[in-house]
This record gives sequence, C-alpha cells and structure tokens, in this order.
Amino acid sequence: MERNLAHIALFAALIAALGLIPKFTLAFGVPITAQSMGVMLCGTILGAKRGAVAVLLFLALVALGLPLLAGGRGGLGAFATPSVGFLIGWPIAAFVTGWIVERWNAPILPVATSAAIIGGVFTMYVFGILGMAYMLDKTIPAATMLSLSFIPGDLVKAIATGLITAALARTRPASILSRG
Amino acid sequence: MISLTSPVETWAHDVPAGVKLAALSAATVGLFALQNPIWLGVALVCAGAIVLSGGLRFARAAARSLRILIPFLALIAVWHGVTGQIEAGLVVALRLLTALTLANFVTMTTRLTDMVAVAAFLLSPLRRFGLSTRAFELSIALVVRFTPAIAQKGGLLAEAWRARAARRVGWQIVMPLAAIALDDADHVADALRARGGLDQTP
Repeated sequence: MERNLAHIALFAALIAALGLIPKFTLAFGVPITAQSMGVMLCGTILGAKRGAVAVLLFLALVALGLPLLAGGRGGLGAFATPSVGFLIGWPIAAFVTGWIVERWNAPILPVATSAAIIGGVFTMYVFGILGMAYMLDKTIPAATMLSLSFIPGDLVKAIATGLITAALARTRPASILSRG
Repeated sequence: MISLTSPVETWAHDVPAGVKLAALSAATVGLFALQNPIWLGVALVCAGAIVLSGGLRFARAAARSLRILIPFLALIAVWHGVTGQIEAGLVVALRLLTALTLANFVTMTTRLTDMVAVAAFLLSPLRRFGLSTRAFELSIALVVRFTPAIAQKGGLLAEAWRARAARRVGWQIVMPLAAIALDDADHVADALRARGGLDQTP
C-alpha cells in the first residue's frame, strides 16, 4: 500500500518535473513538451491502474491551483482552454498504455513502443480532437486537421518512451512494475 | 512551490472556496448554453468587471494568463474570416475568453489549502466505502515536496550531459530521471512504513 502510494506520488512529481524541461515548439497553443512522455512512462512503467491514478493525481494538483503544466500553467483555467481534451485524455492514455504492456507478452521494446503509440498518441488524440472540436465549435475532421501537426512530435516521444522503458527493463528489471 | 494564488488580496479571497467553485461551475455551464454573441459579450464585460474589482495590479496579472488563448483566437479569426461566419466566430472567441477569465479568477483568489479542503470534502463520500481520503492528502504533500526535488536532479543530469557532450540535452536523461523517481519512491515507501504506514487511525 505504502509502496503503491509512493510510486503514484513520485511519478506524478516526475510528470511535473518533465514540464520544467524546456519545450520544443509551440503552435496553436498546445505546448509540445516532455510532459506527455511522462504520461506514457506512467503507463509503461507503473502499469494501467497505478499509471492512470498517478496522472489523475497530477491533474488534481493542477486543478487545485499549482502551476505544474509546462510553461508554468495550471489552475482551473487549464481546463477552460481548447486543449482541455488532451488533459482529459491523459489518464486514459496512461491506462491504455499500461494495459497493453501488462497483457502483451513479447519483448519489452516493441511492446512499450507500440503501447505508447496506441495509448499515448492515438487514445490521447481521440480525446484531444473531441475536446478541440467542442471548445472551438468545429467539426471533428476540422479539429483533426488542426491537431495533425503535433502528431510527429508525439510519435517521437512514444518511441523515446519505448527506448527508456526497455533500457530500464534491461538495467533494473524489477522496476518495470507493469510486468511485475 | 509557488501556487497560482494571487498575492494581491481581493474581496474574493474571503469568499468560501466551495461557493466560488459552485458559482464557476454554474457560470461555465451557462456560457456553453449561450449562443448569442451579444449576451456572451455582456458575460465577458461582467467577467472583466469582476477581475477589475480586484484592483489594477490583480487585473494585469489576470490578463497575462489569457495569453494562452492568443493562438486559438488568431485561428478563429482566420477561419471565420475566410468562411464569413463572423457571428459563430465571435461566439466561440467570447465564450473561451469569458470561461478562462472566470476559471483563472477562482484559482487566483483561492488558497491551495482551501482548495484541498474542498477536494477532501468532495471525496468524503468515499469514506463510506471504507476508502480513506488520507492517502489523497498525503500524496498531494508528496508531489508538492518531490516535484522540485526531481526537477533539481533533472537539472543536475542535464549539467552532467553538457559537461560531457557537444550535442544538446536530449530525451535520454529521462531514463536516469525515471530511475531516480523509482528509487525515491522506494525510500518514501520505507519511510512511510517506518512511521506507522497508511492504515493507522488518527
């Protein structure tokens, strides 16, 4: 119990810390940062449930008023912007990513990479695009078009997530709790 | 860690957090129900007046936090300028501005401890199912404590990288950073257990 709580809290802190690493580019106001990589890592390392709870805890702290989102953003306002769908999609993205890593019994590198692509990119964009369509009052194809330019960056992060998870699995096998 | 609460004291700092959050929820639902640009314009003027009631310094800080919308507003302007649906564009732009202004106002005028108290109250029905909200409150404290610690270790890793490599710091430092988070988690778990663990009744 204490171990679960500590892992959840520390990975929520890891997502927050990754937001402090300078971001790559900014277009359409949806910041591209290492933060969504933290979400994917929560899934691949902690597994579905703990990963999703860690992301939820992180979002709860953002909503409570801590400036933990990349660029020092936070507060309730973070949930009143057109990119709110991506935030809502984060815990589900971590869950799907973790679920795949837990269930798919194959070498960790291809599994973690595909899981991060399916969970951390595809799932996240489904929610992100729906949120953008709703907030900007656009059709879903239009919102999809507006989001497409961010997908390459997120694919790179998914591949990096796979490599990081595989490196952790090789050097400290016990740390991949999703496979525990 | 610095929270987003404004250091400029306003009348709204004394309003109970639960009241502000309930009002914000109602206002946001109302904003999304409104379809008329004139009424949404009135709503934005009201939101602006509420923010201005906190004084000029407070209002300036509030206006700065709206900058995140600039790219979206530019996008809406171009999109609706091209399609000619000016009224629809105004509705979306005014709604976004008003919703964000009000949400930021609540965050800026509510202390973190008050927010945590409301969150704990909202979670309290879970106690009936035997779930403790203590774990939630404890994990909040842990994240607040460990975010700067992990960020600092990330900074050290980046410095070590720069000392050895000519290339820019890349994603590679995230792997040792994740390992550090895992190690810290083990230490925290041990420390919690040594202090009686989570299951103790106060």
